[in-house]
Amino acid sequence: MTDAPRRALWPILTDPLIRQNPVTLQILGICSALAVTTSIVTALTMSLSLIFVVVMAALLISLIRRHIPSSIRLIVQIMIVASLVIVIDQFLQAYFYEISRSLSVFVSLIATNCLVLGRTESFARHNAPVPAMVDALGNGLGYSLVLLLIGGAREFFGTGKLAGFQILATVDQGGWFVPLNLMLLAPSAFFILGGLVWLIRSFWAEQIEQPEFPAPEPDRAP
Amino acid sequence: MNDLVALFLRAAFVDNMPLTFFLGLCTFIALSRRTGAAVGLGLAVIGVMGVTVPLNQLIYANLLAPGAWRWAGMPELDLSYLALIAFIGVVAATVQLTEMLLDRFFPKVHASFGVFLPLLAVHCAILGGALFMVERQYSFAEATVFGLGAGTGFAVAVILLGAIRARLSYADIPDGLRGLGIAFVLTGMMSLGFSAFAQMVAP
Repeated sequence: MTDAPRRALWPILTDPLIRQNPVTLQILGICSALAVTTSIVTALTMSLSLIFVVVMAALLISLIRRHIPSSIRLIVQIMIVASLVIVIDQFLQAYFYEISRSLSVFVSLIATNCLVLGRTESFARHNAPVPAMVDALGNGLGYSLVLLLIGGAREFFGTGKLAGFQILATVDQGGWFVPLNLMLLAPSAFFILGGLVWLIRSFWAEQIEQPEFPAPEPDRAP
Repeated sequence: MNDLVALFLRAAFVDNMPLTFFLGLCTFIALSRRTGAAVGLGLAVIGVMGVTVPLNQLIYANLLAPGAWRWAGMPELDLSYLALIAFIGVVAATVQLTEMLLDRFFPKVHASFGVFLPLLAVHCAILGGALFMVERQYSFAEATVFGLGAGTGFAVAVILLGAIRARLSYADIPDGLRGLGIAFVLTGMMSLGFSAFAQMVAP
């Protein structure tokens, strides 16, 4: 297996933050991204777990990249990722039991997160350990950014809190803020993510998808 | 029997995998551009979930659960931390085996939805089904019904979304929202619609 040509490290780290964001552009890893975003604390825990798993997986796979036979590489990658996920899951259960309960099965589901396998398969497999880890970190941070934005918006508008602290006093407590219960339900996550995609694409027009069937030119009256 | 029917309806509509638990969204969004592809994906998910969830239940209850090795004189042995690796292995092997069998005996079926089978090896909804089965401590019969129900729910949702997106092919959508953005907004609206089913089955 040949290595890809070397690239500067800084763009590898910063590109996936917004411009090549794994969630909003490449549709990777949204499965878990939306489920854990009812509050900013769970979103943060999930982000840190994912960054740990994706960086360690990139390092390990990059180290053994010349020794993995191409035919069984997917199984090898899945097994490495799954072992790392078990480590982080046991760690959370041991030290942060409450958060681990509220994340339910979603920490385990990092194992099938397309983002992790996508990075190991497309980047770590062809690159030296340091660029592979930087790329994994950049993608992990891009994922975390989206998670924290959605988690923050849902918690703030749904309960008036941010990271557990009451920012806006709700009506029950004598304030003026009426919590939007819709924000705590599943549909709001889809709407916020759709809006986020729209926002990003109005700033970076090159990401706009071409129409499948271009509209016919309107007939001009002679 | 009534319990099982309720469980099926609950798994298919109330606890719908992509719309309520956000599981399997990658394929849900990516493959719903064409109704044909959506139907193939839906059938493949029903088949794979109907097989792997009960299979994983057997493996978990008889080999991995705490105390499963009591008959061998090791009552304290708790292998439940190995569940994740075991489930992934079972799902990947089942998918591979199904694909080979279909290719050998039903080449027509394989040509129509066999291409989606490899994608299902790392599919959040299928692994999520197995993990929910452990968390909610289903028996073998319940696991079978839950697997089929959850698969049906996924299939219904993805086929509906595929149909809506096909109707939108000619719609004049704002530039930035075209494709991925509108798919998320549509999914959100479907999720709102499906939340009406919550009253259908008593908890």
